[in-house]
Amino acid sequence: MAIAAAAAETTGLVFVELGLIVVVLAVLARVALRFGISPIPLYLLAGLAFGVGGVVPLSLTEEFVEVGAEIGVVLLLFMLGLEYSAEELRASLKVGVPAGVVDAVLNFAPGLVAGLLLSWSPVASVLLGGVTYISSSGVIAKVLGDLDRLGNRETPAVLTILVLEDLAMAVYLPVVAVLLLGTGVAAGAISLGVAVTAVAVVLLLALRFGQAVSRAIESRSDEVVLLTTFGLVLVVAGVAQQLQVSSAVGAFLVGIALSGGVAEHARTLLGPLRDLFAATFFVFFGLQVDPAAIPPVALLAVALGVVTAASKLATGWWAARRVGVATRGRFRAGAALIARGEFSIVIAGLGVSAGVEPQLGPLAAAYVLLMAIVGPVAARAVDPCVIWLQQRREVRAAAAARESL
Amino acid sequence: MGDMRSIQETKLPGVGVRHDFVTRSGDRLGVIAHKTGRRELLVYDDADPDACQSVVRLEEEDSHALAELLGGSGVAEAQSSLMQSVEGLTLDWLPIGAGSRCVGTPLRDTGVRGETGVSIVAIVRAGRTIPTPGPDFVLAADDTAVVIGTPEGIQETFALLQGG
Repeated sequence: MAIAAAAAETTGLVFVELGLIVVVLAVLARVALRFGISPIPLYLLAGLAFGVGGVVPLSLTEEFVEVGAEIGVVLLLFMLGLEYSAEELRASLKVGVPAGVVDAVLNFAPGLVAGLLLSWSPVASVLLGGVTYISSSGVIAKVLGDLDRLGNRETPAVLTILVLEDLAMAVYLPVVAVLLLGTGVAAGAISLGVAVTAVAVVLLLALRFGQAVSRAIESRSDEVVLLTTFGLVLVVAGVAQQLQVSSAVGAFLVGIALSGGVAEHARTLLGPLRDLFAATFFVFFGLQVDPAAIPPVALLAVALGVVTAASKLATGWWAARRVGVATRGRFRAGAALIARGEFSIVIAGLGVSAGVEPQLGPLAAAYVLLMAIVGPVAARAVDPCVIWLQQRREVRAAAAARESL
Repeated sequence: MGDMRSIQETKLPGVGVRHDFVTRSGDRLGVIAHKTGRRELLVYDDADPDACQSVVRLEEEDSHALAELLGGSGVAEAQSSLMQSVEGLTLDWLPIGAGSRCVGTPLRDTGVRGETGVSIVAIVRAGRTIPTPGPDFVLAADDTAVVIGTPEGIQETFALLQGG
C-alpha cells in the first residue's frame, strides 16, 4: 500500500510539473502571437530557465521530456515532408539546383570556418556549418504569409531554396550521424554508403508507391488515420535510426511518400501533435544548455549572425535576380531567408546529445535566439529601407544634376 | 470567351499554385490556390511589379461567392462535387429545342425515365429553377432540363429531348 501511495504521489508530482511547463509554453505562445514573432526563441528561453543552472530547475520529468523531444524532431520532419509532394521536389530540383548550391556554399561555409577557427573538431565544425546553413522554413512561410508576399514574384525563388535545403538535410543528417559514430575512415565510408543507399531507395519507393500507400492509409475516420500515420512514422523513424540514417530523415521520407487526401488529412490531425512535441523539443534543447555558458559565446553568436545574415541576403538576392526580379524584390528575397530556427536546433541537438563540443549548444542557442527574432524583423524592414535608399539616391542625383548646371 | 487572356502558372512548393495574367487595361491579377482550399486574390503593384499592391484572402465559400458575382458558374463546382459523391453518375443540363416533339408533352409521356433510366431533377425556365417536376409537368420550348444518370443514358435523353 505504501509503495502504491508513493507511486501515486510521484505521478501526481510529474503531472503537476509537466502541466506547469505546458502552461508556461502556452503563455509564451500567446505572447509570440501577440507580438507576431516566432515562439521558438521563447521556448528556448523557457528551456534555459528550467534547466541546470536555470531559474527553476526541473527534477522529475526530464526523462519524459527527452522522449517527447525526440518525437518532436520526428514530427517536425514528417510534417515538413508532408508539405511537399514528390512532384514538387522533382520540379524544384530541376529549376533550383544552381540557387541551392550557392545557398549551401555561402551559408554552410561561415559556420564550418568559424568552427575550425575555434579549433573545434571537424565533426563539430560540420554541425555548426549545418546550423548556419538551413533557414527556418516554418518561420519564413509564416512571415511571407503575414506580409502578404506569397504572391510576389520573388517568392517562388525563396520557396525553391527552402525545398532544396530540406532535401539537402536528407543527405546531411545521415552523413552527420556517421561522422558522430566516430568510426575509422573505412568503416565510416561503409556506414555512409549504407545510409545514402537507404535514403535513395526509400525516396525511390516513396515516388513509386507513395500513392498506393496513401490510398491504403486513407480512411474516413480521424482516429484510424491518426493512429496509422503516427505509428508508421515512428516505426520508419526507428528503423532509420537503427540503420544510422537518422530518425528525422526516415520521418521526412514518410512525409514525402504520403500524398493527396491522406496528406491533407494527416496534416490537420498531426499538426497539433507536432506543435506539442516540437515545443517540448525546443524546451529540451534549452534544458541541456547551461545559461551561464551563453554570455561567453554571445559576441561570437552576434558575429556569426551578422556574417550569415549577409550571406543569406546575397543568396536570396542572387536567386531572385536569376528569375528576373528587380532590385526591391531581390532584397526582399534575401531578407526573407535570414531567419534560422527549428532545423538549426535539430542539427545542434545531434551534437549536444553526442557531446562533441561543449560550446556548440550555447552558441547554437544564442545564434538561433538572435536569428529567429532578427529574421522576421529584417524581412519586414527591408522593403522600406530599400525604398528610402532609392529615394535618397534619386534626390542626390537630382542635386548633382542641378549643381553641374 | 474567344479571347482568353494568357494565364501563367507558377508552382509554389509547399503552398500551392499561383496563376496570373494581365488584364486588357494593363493590370496584373493573380490567384493563389492553397493546398488547403483557401484562395488569395492578388492585385500586383504598378510601381513594383514583383510585389502585390493588395491581397485578399478568400475562404472556399468566399471564392464561390466571388466567382458567382464575376459570372463564372457555380454549376461546374456543384457538378464536380456531385461527381465525387456519386461515382459513375453524371449531372447535366440539357436544353429543349423549339422543334422538339417533347414541347407541350407531360414528362410522363416523354419516356425519359422509362427508356433511359435518367431522372430529371429540375427544370430551368426563364431563369427560374423548378425543382423535382412531377410526371404531369408539361415541357415548353427553351426549357433546360437538369438531369442525372449514366453518361450513356444522358446521351439518349439528349436525343429524346432534341428530337423532332
